[in-house]
Amino acid sequence: MTPRPGLVLEVDRSTPPTLFWHGERFALERLPEGSRVVYAPEPLPALRDPSAAIRHALTHPLGDRAPLPALLRPGMRLTICFDDISLPLPPMQAPDVRQLVIEQVLDMAAEAGVDDVVLVAALALHRRMTEAELRHALGDRIYDAFAPQGLLTQHDAEDPDNLVHLGTTAEGEDVEINKRAATSDLLVYVNINLVAMDGGHKSVATGLASYRSLRHHHNPRTMVHSRSFMDAPRSELHSSNWRMGRLIADSGVQVFQIETTLNTDTFPSQFGFLQRREWEWSLRDRATYAATAAALDRTPPRIARQIFHSIRAPHAMVSVQAGEVEAVHEVTTANVWRQQGVEVDGQADILTMGLPYICPYNVGSIMNPVLVACLGLGYFFNLYRGKPLVRPGGVVILHHPTPWEFHPGHHPSYIDFFEEVLSQTTDPVEMSKTYEESFATDPWYVHLYRTGNAYHGVHPFYMWYWCAHALDHLGRVIVVGGDPAAVRRMGFSPATSLSDALEMASDVVGRSPSLTHIHTPPLLMADVR
Amino acid sequence: MPIRHALTGKRFFITGATGFLGTALVERILRSVPDAEVVLLVRPGRRASPADRAGREILRNDCFDRLRRELGTSFDEVVGRRVTAVGGDVSRDGLGLDAEGRRLLAACDVVVHSAATVSFDAPLDQAVEINLLGPSRVAAALAEARAEALSEARTTTRDATTPVTGGAPPADAPPMAPGVHMIAVSTAYVAGTHQGEAKEELLTSNRFSLDVDWRAEVEAARRLRQDLEAASRRPETLQRFAKKAREELGAAGEHLLAARAERFRDEWVKDQLVEAGSVRAQSLGWPDAYPFTKAMGERALIESATVPLTIVRPSIIESALAEPVPGWIRGFRMAEPIIISYARGLLREFPGVPEGVIDVVPVDMVVAAILAVAAGPAPEAPDAPAVYHVASGVRNPFLYGRLVELIQQWFAVHPLYDDRGQPISLPEWTFPGRGRVQRQLQRATKAMDAAERVLTALPVRGRQAALSAAVEERNTLAKRALGYVGLYGAYTETEARYRVDRLLALWESLDDADRAEFCFDPGVLDWDHYVHDVHLPSIVTHARVRTSPGRTVMASRSDRARRAILSPERHLAAFDLEHTLIAANVVDSYAWLASRHLPGRERPGFVAGLVAQAPSLLALDRRDRGDFLRFFYRRYEDAPVEQVQADAWELFHRQLLPRSFPAGLARVREHRRLGHRTLLITGALDFVVAPLRPLFDDIVCARMGQSGGRFTGHLDELPPIGEARAQLLADYAAAHGLELSQSVAYADSASDLAMLEAVGFPVAVNPETRLAAIARRRGWHVEHWSRAKGGAARPLPIGPLDVRRLTSARGRT
Repeated sequence: MTPRPGLVLEVDRSTPPTLFWHGERFALERLPEGSRVVYAPEPLPALRDPSAAIRHALTHPLGDRAPLPALLRPGMRLTICFDDISLPLPPMQAPDVRQLVIEQVLDMAAEAGVDDVVLVAALALHRRMTEAELRHALGDRIYDAFAPQGLLTQHDAEDPDNLVHLGTTAEGEDVEINKRAATSDLLVYVNINLVAMDGGHKSVATGLASYRSLRHHHNPRTMVHSRSFMDAPRSELHSSNWRMGRLIADSGVQVFQIETTLNTDTFPSQFGFLQRREWEWSLRDRATYAATAAALDRTPPRIARQIFHSIRAPHAMVSVQAGEVEAVHEVTTANVWRQQGVEVDGQADILTMGLPYICPYNVGSIMNPVLVACLGLGYFFNLYRGKPLVRPGGVVILHHPTPWEFHPGHHPSYIDFFEEVLSQTTDPVEMSKTYEESFATDPWYVHLYRTGNAYHGVHPFYMWYWCAHALDHLGRVIVVGGDPAAVRRMGFSPATSLSDALEMASDVVGRSPSLTHIHTPPLLMADVR
Repeated sequence: MPIRHALTGKRFFITGATGFLGTALVERILRSVPDAEVVLLVRPGRRASPADRAGREILRNDCFDRLRRELGTSFDEVVGRRVTAVGGDVSRDGLGLDAEGRRLLAACDVVVHSAATVSFDAPLDQAVEINLLGPSRVAAALAEARAEALSEARTTTRDATTPVTGGAPPADAPPMAPGVHMIAVSTAYVAGTHQGEAKEELLTSNRFSLDVDWRAEVEAARRLRQDLEAASRRPETLQRFAKKAREELGAAGEHLLAARAERFRDEWVKDQLVEAGSVRAQSLGWPDAYPFTKAMGERALIESATVPLTIVRPSIIESALAEPVPGWIRGFRMAEPIIISYARGLLREFPGVPEGVIDVVPVDMVVAAILAVAAGPAPEAPDAPAVYHVASGVRNPFLYGRLVELIQQWFAVHPLYDDRGQPISLPEWTFPGRGRVQRQLQRATKAMDAAERVLTALPVRGRQAALSAAVEERNTLAKRALGYVGLYGAYTETEARYRVDRLLALWESLDDADRAEFCFDPGVLDWDHYVHDVHLPSIVTHARVRTSPGRTVMASRSDRARRAILSPERHLAAFDLEHTLIAANVVDSYAWLASRHLPGRERPGFVAGLVAQAPSLLALDRRDRGDFLRFFYRRYEDAPVEQVQADAWELFHRQLLPRSFPAGLARVREHRRLGHRTLLITGALDFVVAPLRPLFDDIVCARMGQSGGRFTGHLDELPPIGEARAQLLADYAAAHGLELSQSVAYADSASDLAMLEAVGFPVAVNPETRLAAIARRRGWHVEHWSRAKGGAARPLPIGPLDVRRLTSARGRT
């Protein structure tokens, strides 16, 4: 049976309540009549033989690139870089796509007699991965072969000895990336393109860059001018990365890009109801929903968090392409759209969204308030092409408990950012001028980033800049069920229920607003006309 | 003759000028009597000269604000000319006067003896030395000084061969006053509280008063002091004090414990003497040691007096009615703490008879009466002194019930506020008997004692510990209330009437101008006005209690303290580690490291073993932290150095950092940004604290010996703990040219007391109970830092399982 495309449902009297994520819980909300609910296309079928597909991609590259085996020769320096723990979400069931791809790359390298091979996790300013996470992404065979020899490394954006400045773009942007990767004869990059913003030149230009380089596109100005950052041609973030990527290519770094896309089969069968449209819920779906919701109501949030973070997604690979970066990424983007695209007619006054327990920066961790804002106003708000799902001056209503909680090991600078910066200003421009530098260069944060599992000191700023476009665009942000103090700290309004939130929104958008709800999971991209 | 004229140019000798009455007297003389001079007998301080002390403790009192205003810039000159301070002490024979002091005394026209220990719970021997022997010592010193001056004058006169009479005295020596009048201030209560009428007459003429030999009392009190000093040094008693000190301070170090135990010994002796004083007084019919020793003092004085003498006996002296300003008061006396305790809701009952008379008199009336007495003719014969009561009970009785009513009315309109800014509601008094109130309070304090013991024993910290410190404070206040009832209960049940016929006769003899200026007729008192508009507003201001709602006071105090701590002028910030920056201890770290590579099946045994030892480890830690660390660290014997060092990083990031206090780590970095040196002082091992290196300029920690790539289990040197930290801080500051008085120290436990005491800015972080109590008493800044909500929740500090072991099986298939 072919999967059905996405759908925009108009709510009427017969529409059952709509499912909202609410952190580690769910809520069924009855949306006002006339509201539109955007549903993602159903998951595409998995590739029947992933190994064969990978082999085919490596030997039939796109664009101006020779097949991978032809690029490999004895005595060369080969560096294989791969996306880090932020992709995919939730982490996929073993074997991970990265393992499948890299195993084949390594087999080819071994056949060609390459013995100087180093693996680099492309962390950018993300936290270092733990042994368990690396083993999960790469498989034990690769881990045990490389890690003990120190050949499995994680990019360190603060290691002056392992960074190289390749030059400055025409726009004056510094390009400084991982030295080992830049000075190798071949840089193979293995990506997982979960959403449209991933991949392309961004893989190397961002994933392997230093703070000095990243600050040229990770800033409020760029983010306000990325409309949206999920739509590369209209994204200043991507323009900058593309300039950098071309400079990297021009300076002689040979990149062999391998991109994969996954289907949206996001949750295992016991959460089947999450993947289905409410009016199509079977008796079994209803029963499991009722049981799950009741059980979660009785579970302490901490335990619920552990349960959810232990979920491994049954994601399956639906495409793999390799070769020259830009040629590859064009096909990849088309594949992402094929899975996620939904056409939506016009903007609404109000956009509602239920936010889950996870975003790219809290795998195995806590979704702190800054990440809640980033997921809602950064990621979900930007899941559009054309124009935002909500009109300028409109209202976004987020559904999330937004607890005032932080993981001290993963997000130490977030704690201080929330206390010291957001208490003073929520304006991205203002904070970038006044506070960014001191957080980015704080030796303690640098130390924790380099030696522990902490995000870089500047990372919370980036998360807030991610929201810059939305903050610029919106008239009001309301968080249903959020911790009032935490929500207010961010300049948003807390509401106890969706109907209260709608009542509050009427101050901004009038008494009879139009409303669009993005239904997740699975992820979708709205093509707004 | 008007008082002003009669006293113009006279020279007064005043004892007890630092007291309430004395200060008012000095001020009144300087302000209202032209050209009069005052010589003050002041006890020399340890470092301050008598003149310094007089300047600081008398002239700088707000009593002199009015005079300062009236004189303007000439205040210092006028006061400097008219006030002389001489060093001396009424508890020493001859008052401890030097020759100059004696000459000044001899030259005085009026000697007012108002020095006394007025506290009703003074140790007996102290009360005897000051109250009993003081007056006669003043009289004796006066006689001796005058005799000395006379013989000197004779010698000088003979040498100069000038006639004895009419000759001018030498220019450098003050002349001897031709006549002198000694006025001794006593108390109306020397006549006791349980009789009908007390006349203004000597105690010897009073038919109720027992003929007690004051010399025997002096002898007994002095001997009792010696006996108690000896008893307090008996081994079993000393052990008790040592145990108490340890209970209060924990393992704070031998020096501090010894100092505390010695203070307990002192306090014990004092308590015994207080108890002895009140029992002896009651056995002779006085309510407590104060009137008893004052009464004995009058007897001794009369026996030894050789100069004309007047005894002025005020009743309970309270705030000024009008002079120098309405409501002026110095020090907290008898009624004030009771009233404030009541308004704070602490004193739920106070005994008393509503119809009973409470005999209160404003201080300015007592001063006026003394000046009127001084201006009048001195009694002819020294052995027939005049006696005046300055009391209100007969002329203008103030009923106890009315007082309570007035206080209730006033506080209903002007309530005090509790710590949370909520108005405190007033208890309703039912005027029970003294015994019932005492029993109630005793029950309450007993319950609180028990609660306090339990709370101190609990391993709580931070806000819970602050709570138990609050229980302790409430307990202290309740005990104080119990003390008030015991001490002052008698005065609200007084049946005696202190007649004021002579005082009124003196009043009648004054002209209208004097009456207007030096009012001492208790008849003019309007009690409602006095209580509502004069006394209560004044004492509420003095008590520094919260009189406005909201939390501002507390918040601003702690903000001020924080600003002071984070001033760029500070030099050094020293931090303790465990429970100050990270909620973990050496046992956690060990358990984590030791279990890190244990296979799953061996873990339950390991945990069980550690848990089984927990009580004995805890006990050892409480007894002596140094011994504990040495003993505990032996467990690292034979551990592979490299492995442990590598695992320690993981321990830090996965176990310690999630249990850290983000606000604490931010504070360390803030100190660094401000240019302060930062120092970590901890008993933890070097490899455990290595990941903290970038936060601190220096780290002082325990170091373990190594041999052949393995740890020896023995420390290279003693870990810096307890009192060693104070020394270490001092050495460190000296080595880096820093001042400890400009330094900050952060710690969580009483065992860090020495370190906290060593610096100018101690901060108690999430203090455990003992330190919470100490910090509260000493006004130290307290920080409540919490772990980031969302930090790791591992219930046991056990390292994660090796991933390889989990996955190897899968890898093989």
